[in-house]
Amino acid sequence: MPSVPIVNLNGVLLVTIQEELLDQSVSEFESELTEKVVDTRARGVLIDVSVLDIIDSFLARTLHDIAAITSLMAARTVVVGMRPAVAITLVELGLTLPGLLTALSVEEGLALLAPPPGPARTALR
Amino acid sequence: MTRAPSNTSVAIHDEFDIVHVRHAARQAATTAGFTLVQQTKLVTAASELARNALVYGGGGKAEIAVEDLGANRTVRMIFTDRGPGITDIEAAMADGFTTGSGLGLGLGGAKRLADQFRIESAPGRGTTVEITMSVRRNAGP
Repeated sequence: MPSVPIVNLNGVLLVTIQEELLDQSVSEFESELTEKVVDTRARGVLIDVSVLDIIDSFLARTLHDIAAITSLMAARTVVVGMRPAVAITLVELGLTLPGLLTALSVEEGLALLAPPPGPARTALR
Repeated sequence: MTRAPSNTSVAIHDEFDIVHVRHAARQAATTAGFTLVQQTKLVTAASELARNALVYGGGGKAEIAVEDLGANRTVRMIFTDRGPGITDIEAAMADGFTTGSGLGLGLGGAKRLADQFRIESAPGRGTTVEITMSVRRNAGP
């Protein structure tokens, strides 16, 4: 059963989905990621979906739920790399996923999750 | 060049079969010469309907066919389950309606993604959903 690796990059959990997932793996991934956000006190989660050639309603709902859950735990979730055909299909399916933060690339996603500048950052060091 | 119509049947018994149905749908969409967006829509609809057949119908099968019809090449997918059936089809088609843990977008979503959609169901007699999607014959690669 495929699992999804989660890498901690200075307070941002980088998740790269590497292959098509079973529903069961999607659910496991959701709970594993949620626990990891707490354990690492991450400020952000970056989920790279660029490998996926479809996102159906089950996975879309899970991405939406992950974003909602992490925001309750003071971490923002950004979904990156959604393919154009996937986005078109999701909207036609009726899933516009309002409130889900997205970025076109991992780099831009990381920029969205950069720590706030100024005194707060200095105080942390 | 004429292509022989192709026909595939995939049994739906567990989650792996949802993936198998997606792959069979992708294969059919490629064979039919669908554009990337059409392929994505077809495979997504297949995923929704396969999951419905598994979760609500307790399993069943998907029959996927590529047909040459006049100026069009069509992919036809028929999902059959022998589950409890649907009492109120109109309500089941509405977005947000679900008796399970889903989003309630499966049937309505699949209908929006497809060119044609047909559903037959009655309590105790299972459910059959048929969708088609077509591309003009000379539009394909």
